[in-house]
Amino acid sequence: MNFYFSNKKISGMLVVLPANERKFVDDMKTFNFPEARSLKLKEVMGYDKHRVVTNGTCSSDLAVAGMQHLFDEKLLGRDDFDALIVVSQSSDHILPPTSNVIQGRLNLKQDLFCIDVNQGCAGFIVGLMQAFMMLEQSSIRRIVLINVDVLSTRVSPKDRNSYPLIGDGASITVVEEGGMGEIFANLKMDGTSRDALIIPAGGFRIPTSSKTAVLEDAGDNNFRAKDHLRMDGSAVFNFVQVHVPPMIESLLEFAKVTSNEVDYYAFHQPNRFMLQKLADKMQVPYEKMPNNIVENFGNSSGVTIPTVLAYNLQNELLDGSRRICLAGFGVGLTWASMYMRMGNMSFCNIINYP
Amino acid sequence: MNTIASILAQLRPEIKFEESNNYINDGLLDSFDIMVLVSELDKAYSISINGIDIIPENFKSQAAIEMLLKKYEVNE
Repeated sequence: MNFYFSNKKISGMLVVLPANERKFVDDMKTFNFPEARSLKLKEVMGYDKHRVVTNGTCSSDLAVAGMQHLFDEKLLGRDDFDALIVVSQSSDHILPPTSNVIQGRLNLKQDLFCIDVNQGCAGFIVGLMQAFMMLEQSSIRRIVLINVDVLSTRVSPKDRNSYPLIGDGASITVVEEGGMGEIFANLKMDGTSRDALIIPAGGFRIPTSSKTAVLEDAGDNNFRAKDHLRMDGSAVFNFVQVHVPPMIESLLEFAKVTSNEVDYYAFHQPNRFMLQKLADKMQVPYEKMPNNIVENFGNSSGVTIPTVLAYNLQNELLDGSRRICLAGFGVGLTWASMYMRMGNMSFCNIINYP
Repeated sequence: MNTIASILAQLRPEIKFEESNNYINDGLLDSFDIMVLVSELDKAYSISINGIDIIPENFKSQAAIEMLLKKYEVNE
């Protein structure tokens, strides 16, 4: 499904990462695999360091710290936005929505459209689409889009498939009216493959209990509980390789641009290997598709695209503009992409929490 | 020992691959081993195996790997 927007822009972007950093060489001591085998995986996938929360830090803690930073630095006025979209798979509570938690903790105005969206690795693009659609309302002039996840607390440290790559973080993206040209997007979803990425317990279908907390042998030397994230690595890898290249081809055709005209491909960051395979298939030079987020910070779901942008393209997005193709793919399963000119931002940086 | 066998031996030195008819069903290679194997094959033969070819079926035996490599004009 295609989407078209105009007269909308991203005016600022802040990424908040936990200061706590874990190293793969320390993590691998808890895996049930020979060290040499894990080190080979480190080399291919790009595992090295990842940022994870400590001491019960929740999504709203990262988000509130980031928002307060923007208020303190006078980069955003407390009353200068009309909607707060929170995209997350790790809400503070089942209810109320985390957007309301953030609104309350920051004492924001009551004339504020607060809404939560349960999305993951495609969540930045889904959130932007929501924001652009909301801006069609005359009562909404500026929107704060928060992507946030603290899923490390729901990944088994004895799961070598998922733990080394998981990262936590938040991003705050200010979206408003203003012209940087046309914006093209597309989105597809496939709920029949929903089990490929799932945390089975913790909702109403399978409430958490002492049984769901028990580590089980997954049959491949990994151990995880029903309370933990379960990723079918092979299925997810195949899904991405099959669906993402044609999605991008279709998007660029819709936008009437050639792949060479795109300055950067800022894609979700599952691991280095998967991104290099996508780049090879799409015949995109590696330097146009940065793949260094998992090795430096980990995969923080919907926060990886803002992290790619702030870590690799900060100067180019603050001073001038670039033609960027975004793509996110993961839980749902969902795959989405967007092409837009982005830049002249008033802020674009990464801060640590605390 | 040919190149494929040599790469497999380096990947899992404790395994006797020649005793298995199906590396996947016998639990000798998991999905992450396959990615490492692909990376090593890419390097050894200066190719880039297409992402859509990276499915367990193509890595279940030495014969299956050889068949896949033929697509990339590699003859073991």
